[in-house]
Amino acid sequence: MEQRILLGNEAIGRGLVESGCTLIASYPGTPASEILESAVVFAKESRAKIHTEWSVNEKIAYEVALGHSYTGKRSAVAMKQVGLNVAADPFMRSAYLGVKGGLVVIVADDPGPHSSQTEQDSRYFAQFARIPVFDPSDPAEAKVMIERALDLSETYELPVMVRPTTRVCHARQNVPCRAPQEIYRKAEFKKNPGRWVATPQFLTTLHRELNEKVDIIGSLKNFLPFLTKGKGALAEYCIVSSGVAYANTYEILDELGFLGKVDFFKVDLPYPLNRDFIQKVNTGYKKILVFEETYPVIEMQFANQSICGRISKDVPDYGELTPEIIESILRKFLPAPVPEKQEAKEIKGVRPSLCPGCPHRASFYAIRQTFPKGIFPSDIGCYTLGMNFGAVDTCHCMGACISQGAGLYHAYAADGPDYPTIVVTIGDSTFFHAGIPALVNAVFTKARFILVILDNSTTAMTGNQPTPQVGIMADGCAGNTVFIPDLVKASGVKFLRQADPYDLPVFQNLLAEADRFCRKDDGGVAVIIAKHPCIMNGQARKQQVVYRIQVNEECNGCKVCLKRFECPSLVFDENKKKVFIDQNSCIGCGVCPSVCPAGAITAEKMEVET
Amino acid sequence: MKQRIVISGRGGQGVLFVTRLLAEAGLALGMDVLTSETHGMAMRGGTVISHVKVGGFKSPLIRRGSADMGLFLTLSDITIHGDFVNTAGYRVVNTNLSGEYLFVDATTEAREMGSLLVTNLVLLGYAIAHRTLFCDAMVMKKVIEKISNNRNRELNLVGFQRGLELKGGQQ
Repeated sequence: MEQRILLGNEAIGRGLVESGCTLIASYPGTPASEILESAVVFAKESRAKIHTEWSVNEKIAYEVALGHSYTGKRSAVAMKQVGLNVAADPFMRSAYLGVKGGLVVIVADDPGPHSSQTEQDSRYFAQFARIPVFDPSDPAEAKVMIERALDLSETYELPVMVRPTTRVCHARQNVPCRAPQEIYRKAEFKKNPGRWVATPQFLTTLHRELNEKVDIIGSLKNFLPFLTKGKGALAEYCIVSSGVAYANTYEILDELGFLGKVDFFKVDLPYPLNRDFIQKVNTGYKKILVFEETYPVIEMQFANQSICGRISKDVPDYGELTPEIIESILRKFLPAPVPEKQEAKEIKGVRPSLCPGCPHRASFYAIRQTFPKGIFPSDIGCYTLGMNFGAVDTCHCMGACISQGAGLYHAYAADGPDYPTIVVTIGDSTFFHAGIPALVNAVFTKARFILVILDNSTTAMTGNQPTPQVGIMADGCAGNTVFIPDLVKASGVKFLRQADPYDLPVFQNLLAEADRFCRKDDGGVAVIIAKHPCIMNGQARKQQVVYRIQVNEECNGCKVCLKRFECPSLVFDENKKKVFIDQNSCIGCGVCPSVCPAGAITAEKMEVET
Repeated sequence: MKQRIVISGRGGQGVLFVTRLLAEAGLALGMDVLTSETHGMAMRGGTVISHVKVGGFKSPLIRRGSADMGLFLTLSDITIHGDFVNTAGYRVVNTNLSGEYLFVDATTEAREMGSLLVTNLVLLGYAIAHRTLFCDAMVMKKVIEKISNNRNRELNLVGFQRGLELKGGQQ
């Protein structure tokens, strides 16, 4: 079979195309973003007819995929773990009602977490919903599991989850690829109100049937964990693992000389855990160690108090199972020598910050300058990095900033009219995702704050996926554009302005005007759209005026620009006690001259390159 | 042949591209390949590290002290990730300051060629010329041709070639 180097997420995308999915919906989020993007590429390459979409949020993506599956066609939905929180409503009920065409739910977890607001374990969520879940240990296996999941889903008419973690999603591997399977199925929705409408009277039966399905799946021989047999004196010992924890454990056992000396099980389907396997482990071994990320899903199903794992705290009950952690636990668990531990000193690297020239930096600077005593709820995206310079005070979950802003307002307003100015910042994609109902609610309930929609015309953090306002769909074709100002107006907002944050004086004036509106007798939520394209957008970047930025002798080393503007291209020379411009990274946006109190930063318009 | 390689740099310096090149070179040589990469917020100028393992591994990760070689795209990265490389391993650093590593001023070379974007390829060329990696220049050139986008292909090859020819500095 042809081998290709694929990122874990590309292997998953490839698996979806190879298994004949005809609809894939997703919302971008690290570590899941590349799944849909790669499916688009593979679909084009093999001319497979697949509807791919960046849905507005994960709940919608889930429901689109569910509807598709009702017609008997195969579908998939992909998201990051916190996306499943958003999609929880349709997810939970879909277990009861089931599916027709196979539906695979790909939820990428982020133990660590590296790029998320929680390190929740989606396998636990699957167990909560009573939905089977696969746990791949590497990209090649993730691809195989997509097909296994779809087959299982179709056999039992249940959604099936595949749960990769960051270390699978963002691993690259040589992966065998085959030609995509073409499954011709005509859409056929068979009406069945007792199932697809399922009012409460039907649900007891559906719940019982769901439990029966899960019981059967828990007894299937093809999901018996794979055993690397131990030959030797360690007959009482066994190690059980799944996901990338298996891969790490395998390699360390090999290095320590215990591979093939101790029974070592690899679990593909952590829920429902095979019942014969549970019995075999509980009765066959005295010393059992379980490695899994991130919650004790396998461990709990053993219901065995003597197991060493996350519940017993032999394994830390939080965090990623790095090879270092696994090694130290294995050395304690097995009769292996424990070496003199040299504590590796971890030196913190450079923290991430907004790119040089990022329009968000200008917006944040203006907000903080205009309202030094303001409160700044914000949200999820590149712009969370505004916290580096005091312009982001809260970040919770997608869209929360608007409602948190309302809650803050009601708290302060109850204490008197002298409430602080609350400036809420949200990105354009986040606004589409979960900001719209929150804005309607804030307007309706008479909250007063300034909402700045940071419209850079993209979903930047996750790799520049287009938004509904950009009007380009996942496959690159034109969609029907939906405009943010129209949505804002339709939400009942009475103050709406748009400006380019690069023009700091204008933008600051606008903020002051918005604050006056909020505080008027008939004021309310004021919305400013800070419009400037992401500088990662090459096309837009070319149209931007470029300045040559320099720092002259007037610089007195006050560092205001470093603290308040925090541009990576502004660098402090410790010897000269002055700031200089890192010309390698400066893109010449021309904003920083307005920031320097000494007027030491100069901008000279450059000739436009053609 | 088995090799464990770390590539350390700042988000945006092309760490991921070098990771891909090495992975494809492993495939071209018929080796099993596993890498681990940093995506997401850390890519916004933060310090990032990629792991590349060729020649039959199960885990995508490399523990501190067990890499056979490391490519460092800025000198400060060696203070952060230098201890990933074992004591006998190679450290190849983009810098003009000498130290206990192989070094070359890839940034200056790249600037002379008119694009800092090829800094990573100059460093890669230099590392390959000094036989610190599992693959040779011929294999890597083919891989660069294969996976570069049309706009950057020529420049990438020129940058790589420059790296191959540079003398640089020894430990």
